Amino acid sequence: AFFWLVSLLLASLIWFISVHLSDREDAKLQYSLLIFGAAVSVLLQEAFRFAYFKLLKKADEGLATISEDGRSPISLRQMAYVSGLSFGIISGVFSVINILADSIGPGIVGIHGDSPYYFITSAFLTMALVLLHTFWGVIFFDACERRRFWCLGLVVASHLLTSGLTFLNPRYEASLVPIFIITLCTGLWAFITAGGSFHNILKCLSCKQEDDSRVMMYSALQVPFED
Amino acid sequence: MTELSAHLPQFQHGQLTENFPDNHLSNTNDNSERRRHDTSDRRRNDNPESETNGQPQNNIQQVVEQDEEEDEELTLKYGAKHVIMLFVPVTLCMVVVVATIKSVSFYTRKDGQLIYTPFTEETETVGQRALNSILNAAIMISVIIVMTILLVVLYKYRCYKVIHGWLIISSLLLLFFFSFIYLGEVFKTYNVAMDYITVALMIWNFGVVGMICIHWKGPLRLQQAYLIMISALMALVFIKYLPEWTAWLILAVISVYDLIAVLCPKGPLRMLVETAQERNETLFPALIYSSTMIWLVNMAEEDPEAQRKASKTSTYDKQAPANQTQNEGAEADDGGFSQEWQQQRDNRIGPIESTPESRAAVQALPSNSQTSEDPEERGVKLGLGDFIFYSVLVGKASATASGDWNTTLACFVAILIGLCLTLLLLAIFKKALPALPISITFGLVFYFATDNLVQPFMDQLAFHQFYI
Repeated sequence: AFFWLVSLLLASLIWFISVHLSDREDAKLQYSLLIFGAAVSVLLQEAFRFAYFKLLKKADEGLATISEDGRSPISLRQMAYVSGLSFGIISGVFSVINILADSIGPGIVGIHGDSPYYFITSAFLTMALVLLHTFWGVIFFDACERRRFWCLGLVVASHLLTSGLTFLNPRYEASLVPIFIITLCTGLWAFITAGGSFHNILKCLSCKQEDDSRVMMYSALQVPFED
Repeated sequence: MTELSAHLPQFQHGQLTENFPDNHLSNTNDNSERRRHDTSDRRRNDNPESETNGQPQNNIQQVVEQDEEEDEELTLKYGAKHVIMLFVPVTLCMVVVVATIKSVSFYTRKDGQLIYTPFTEETETVGQRALNSILNAAIMISVIIVMTILLVVLYKYRCYKVIHGWLIISSLLLLFFFSFIYLGEVFKTYNVAMDYITVALMIWNFGVVGMICIHWKGPLRLQQAYLIMISALMALVFIKYLPEWTAWLILAVISVYDLIAVLCPKGPLRMLVETAQERNETLFPALIYSSTMIWLVNMAEEDPEAQRKASKTSTYDKQAPANQTQNEGAEADDGGFSQEWQQQRDNRIGPIESTPESRAAVQALPSNSQTSEDPEERGVKLGLGDFIFYSVLVGKASATASGDWNTTLACFVAILIGLCLTLLLLAIFKKALPALPISITFGLVFYFATDNLVQPFMDQLAFHQFYI
């Protein structure tokens, strides 16, 4: 979350500077500057995701060296999931919390001619974004780990695409539906990347207990001597 | 030292360093104590291996070295757990403060200022306002410095009664008076009808149980809850009575002061830590938040002292070997080893006499200590002053920011990350560290950046319903 915030800070800084250097009155220019700012923000978010991956890799090695059996207690996949989830949560919260706070107060939605579905579409978009960030985190880390750079490019491209689709608001059929399709596809992709398959789902649903193939030795009488 | 002023008196927030209770409390003075996490004592006494009393001497050196390495690993391994143990109370305190600020309007209303910040900020020019706020901050900081030095002097000259009295009066004021005002304002906000008798009963119970829990014994969770509540109350008072620019300046200067006071060799807090370490004393209660139950250290000493100290208290470090708590009713000076234990030991290792001389020899060994501490139970301590200033930052952010919730959340994340980094440094350096500088710096940077840069950007995006 901290890394996402820093990326947002830098992106806002860039946007702020560009706005101040430009003509304030020109609405079209401000609009395009906003789009530019959003694109920069997306690229910075992905860059910081990569930076976070590097940091976690280092921490993973550190944890592995000091642990008892040479493996770190958290796998890289779990870290990928957590990282994606936290990016998603902070991104979603920043997008929606002010809207939520305003939705308590008295008011009428869309009284000036905007869409009356503002709140519900914001909610759905935020949900899609949170899920997408989680999936992107998993795919991204896996791609960096296996050095599949086309996957990386695809993740960044889909993020840009999603962000771009939101520029079509308030034509919600043009933005919401494709975004949800993208969410489903990315979810499936992340599931497969994390090692899931149809087989796994079946096994999970049937709740079968796995036989423990390890042998455990009990010595209830004496604590073994350790020299 | 106990004069009451016309305005609400200020309280101190305890600063902590591990084993040294460093609280300046006075009714009229505002002290900020430094908080430090001091694990040095624990490190010294830590021995995750089982005790080696009675084993041949040649094993002991190897065990000592092995212990030190394993100490390092265990520190890092269990460090994450301690971070979480501190995240929860800090988050709770901030949540209480933010919730109160958002709902009870009393704490955002300007009702005058304290005597510690005499210069007003309602001036005509920006320059005048800046000057006034600098003067206010300077006065406040000098009050804090004077109080800190006074506390160190009192501690050095062993005026424990004065310090205890100071602490007790402080917590009395906080627990009774401030919570009464808080309760009154909450009732006003929600328009709840209440009679004085019920209020008197509630406040009396709340206060008395609080005093007992904090200064004497009580369930750990209850003590932690009370400490969080008084930190939140104190933070709310600060948020109400400190004007804008003064508050930010004070936050910045306090973190610098914290850094200096804890790390410089001549710093008052560092001297306090060292004095307490020399005397091998424990911390004063009521100014430090501790995440685990603490048992007093009991080494196998002469009988009268062992009997006196072999009691469980509700604070501080957990270092107590199990066999020493069986000390009650043991005979003359068997070193705290009960009969069954001696028999067991004889059966296992062969008859070895535990005489005072042998015990003294073992005690003289460096880190091969008599205390076996379960590493999982080792807690971390954080001073209440840290809680208070973190909450002041987040509370001010939620009260006055134009970005509202975005700014509050950004400051919250920044403070937690700062706390994380501080704990990491603590695990590496293993000595008392100031907890304020990193968190407050991050918090301030994020507050001003989010409020001025991110807020317009997010606002525009939300207006057009763009998502990034």
